[in-house]
Amino acid sequence: MSDFQAEFSSALLNPDIPTPEGVVNPDGKPATKRFDVYRNNVVHSLVSAMEEAFPVVKKIVGDGFFQAMATQYVRRNPPHDPMIMFYGDRFPEFITGFKPAESLPYLPDVARLELARRECYHAGDARPLDVSALSEIPEDKFASARFTLAPSLRLLDSLYPVHSIWHFNSVAQIKISNPQEWIMLTRPEFDVVPYLLDHATFTFVQCLARYQPLESAIAQCETITDDFDLSAAFGLLFQAGIVTNIET
Amino acid sequence: MSKSMKSLAVAAAVATTASSIAGVAHAANVKCYGVALAGENGCAAGPGTSCAGTSTVDYQGNAWKLVAEGTCATMELPAQADGTERMGSLEALERDIPS
Amino acid sequence: MANLSQYTNLPHQAGVGYKAQHLNDILAAPDDLAWIEIHAENYMGDGGRPIAQLRHLREHFPVSCHGVGLSIGSEMPLDTDHLQRLKHLVDWLQPAMFSEHLAWSTHEASFLNDLLPLPYTQKTVDQVVSHIQQVQETVGRQMLLENPSTYVAFAQSDRSETDFLAEVVKRSGCGLLLDVNNVFVSATNQNYSPEGYIDAFPTHLVGEIHLGGHEEDSDELGAPLLIDSHSRAVVDPVWQLYDYTLAKMGPCPTLIEWDNDIPEWSVLTNEMSLANDLLERHAQVAAQ
Repeated sequence: MSDFQAEFSSALLNPDIPTPEGVVNPDGKPATKRFDVYRNNVVHSLVSAMEEAFPVVKKIVGDGFFQAMATQYVRRNPPHDPMIMFYGDRFPEFITGFKPAESLPYLPDVARLELARRECYHAGDARPLDVSALSEIPEDKFASARFTLAPSLRLLDSLYPVHSIWHFNSVAQIKISNPQEWIMLTRPEFDVVPYLLDHATFTFVQCLARYQPLESAIAQCETITDDFDLSAAFGLLFQAGIVTNIET
Repeated sequence: MSKSMKSLAVAAAVATTASSIAGVAHAANVKCYGVALAGENGCAAGPGTSCAGTSTVDYQGNAWKLVAEGTCATMELPAQADGTERMGSLEALERDIPS
Repeated sequence: MANLSQYTNLPHQAGVGYKAQHLNDILAAPDDLAWIEIHAENYMGDGGRPIAQLRHLREHFPVSCHGVGLSIGSEMPLDTDHLQRLKHLVDWLQPAMFSEHLAWSTHEASFLNDLLPLPYTQKTVDQVVSHIQQVQETVGRQMLLENPSTYVAFAQSDRSETDFLAEVVKRSGCGLLLDVNNVFVSATNQNYSPEGYIDAFPTHLVGEIHLGGHEEDSDELGAPLLIDSHSRAVVDPVWQLYDYTLAKMGPCPTLIEWDNDIPEWSVLTNEMSLANDLLERHAQVAAQ
């Protein structure tokens, strides 16, 4: 009795395990089809959540393939808490190890992007600083200044043009020409706004997001390119509205 | 003066005139970033909870059929920097995946 | 500082489960809607549109906060992180009502996203009572406990669901949410009388009623098997059982639940008018 829920939940996730003993119909007889209602509810509701969560992965592989793949995922990785809005956090790694999808090497990063978009969508609200905050930094504190960026900011670099792939499958069938992409997601108000950055600018934002002082962020960008344009990068930060605090 | 320090000096100077930065931002936006692709608003709320059950049966078995019916078959991707072809498509196959 | 809601009670009228796709319809004619219910877990993100919508809606409507993930019937300890998320939501939302289910959904680290049944025994009464006390102490208010839709029974159960609930409310001090469709679904599936269930139910402790639609199936022996799908209109026998319930207990805030295959707003307002007609009729009877 003490572990009936352990037996019950294992059987819910594994169709090869028989209906647990003591689960009965009104006459006290074993209730196989009745128990299957719960099996179905669990798997169906979680696969539906995955379909809503990863519409682009689904569109790329097609409905049937996605359902089969998501069913395997759901059985092995049920949610670890009731926050269904964030379900699927282990899906990118799962896809990487999922043999039938190995011919689509960009697919795990597409799932990462869809996860990041959802995290961005539900992240905390924050009021961005106006660009005038920059002029309030004393000149001798510039090098050591650290920036706090909006909680909704998400950064994703990929060896594949994953943002273009996302765009192709959810907005318009554009020609995909970037060999790889550095993506920044922001949420100025309620909707996710994506930016494609160059490698150096992406690195700059990433360093600031890790709370590195300005000088070391710049130094890192200059290992990538000789003509890193700092004022343009600042322009981007404030135009995108992602700086919420500057500590000098 | 090191390159970093030079950049900082420039930035500090630029920072004193906020309006010029705003101008830079706009220009940079058009010129370098190619950013903010239009028409991408309206992220769906994503999956939510429900306290309802379902009668759509799809819990059973591990036998499944894989058919390439998504956009992976038609979406053209550029080759990698080293020229490796990257366009992949799923093969149609039918198999039993052990769970 | 907690921003106290102006709505401390649900009116004795029909309300609806809020879905974002109906927001414009709702705000276009706010006077047509008496109250809304939300699923707590959908508003546990840190910010963004869902939270902003709820902050706006709570200024216009009494809100009933309905949890679907606490796993009160679990034989394991409650997830305290999740309980804290719930406390945070209830603290700022200040809902007119808070309810959860007599069910379990979490085992060890797995959340199974369904309202799973439990045997009715002294041991499970003790577990449920202790979990409800923990919830009420943490959240700082009374909760309502909802009767489940069940598809199976347990050989080890030694009491009826209504006896189980009666002891739980007596010991924990919680109230009850009576889901009339769940009564009909469970009574059909378990082959007992739905009216008998209502007769035995501690209706004086009911703070809210739920009405929803179900699907019809049958088990391998051909016995009827109803599925609580919330995907269609309330059926006539459930309206009749609702009428029977109101005759016993008087008018009570009543929710129309529709979670799958969500229809146009007018379909929901139509369901609400049907409930309001019955609520009005029973209010008149009570006044006489």
